Amino acid sequence: MDQPNPLKTSYRRDARAGLRDIAPAAIAAIPIGLLFGAVAITKGLSPAEVALMSALVFAGGAQFAAIESWVSPAPILALAFGTFLINVRHVLMGASLSPKIGLSRTEKFVGFFFMTDESWALSERRALDRPVTGAYWAAMAVTLYANWVVSTTLGAVLGSFLGDPARFGADFAFTALFIGLVAGFGRSRVTLVTVGVSAAVSALVHHFIGAPWHVASGALAGIAAAYLAAGKDARS
Amino acid sequence: MSMDTTTLLAILAMAVVTYFTRVAGLLVADRLALTGRAKAAFDAIPPAVLVAVIAPTALTTGWAEALAAAITAFVAFRLPLLATIIVGVVSVVVLRHFM
Repeated sequence: MDQPNPLKTSYRRDARAGLRDIAPAAIAAIPIGLLFGAVAITKGLSPAEVALMSALVFAGGAQFAAIESWVSPAPILALAFGTFLINVRHVLMGASLSPKIGLSRTEKFVGFFFMTDESWALSERRALDRPVTGAYWAAMAVTLYANWVVSTTLGAVLGSFLGDPARFGADFAFTALFIGLVAGFGRSRVTLVTVGVSAAVSALVHHFIGAPWHVASGALAGIAAAYLAAGKDARS
Repeated sequence: MSMDTTTLLAILAMAVVTYFTRVAGLLVADRLALTGRAKAAFDAIPPAVLVAVIAPTALTTGWAEALAAAITAFVAFRLPLLATIIVGVVSVVVLRHFM
């Protein structure tokens, strides 16, 4: 009876590791979620619509991009295309993580609904020296998901009381978060070239052509730059 | 608790597209064995996309945002994620006040 079940022990340990690893990103996401809800309200969405979007889409970058250019009635095709451009990275993220994560095929189709930049990046890092288990993934997924749905909805409800988000610099939290995440990919020569080219092309396209094209063109330019910078004989 | 039909359809479309991108990788994973330059390009996707999303805000909004982004990038290599965000937000507030 007192004998600890080794399976259960490792399950708990991995879940705790997931919680510990995701905590900074989850805490950072709270002001960002509040901000998202508050901004969405100013664009004419109701708190219920904000909650539904966060629960079904669950993708901060795509949601912010959608809200930034939100008009009524909503341009469905343009929003779907913009969402695809911003989220198409998931295809390669999923392909990369799939063989490294300890989930059955069916579990992956459920579990990958919760894939975010943060949980993906943390899992890739963990996979370098330890197995990425379902418990580890689930702990991160549930934490981030509940956190995002609650904070965005709360932001929508409180929106009118918070006033202008720019007053607190809260509008910059998203930018700062992304800079922090990019730094996590290190500063090898190829990464620096990627970041520089992506930033330059995105800023130029945004200035001369406009959103949402800066995301796809900047990203593609950065990827092409990495391909060229790596050289023909690059080792993996 | 109001729901606009067009808004609802837009949210559903965004949700379907996003779920598709999240699981599409599962369908191609077995056929993706990348090496060399292709691997480097593949590995560059996350930073390239993240940077492309924020570059206009960081670089072309104004001097306060550009400077705050530079400060954030500087501390991002030295501090944990949450501290990085706090430094970024505080510096943008201070810089906007003086610029």
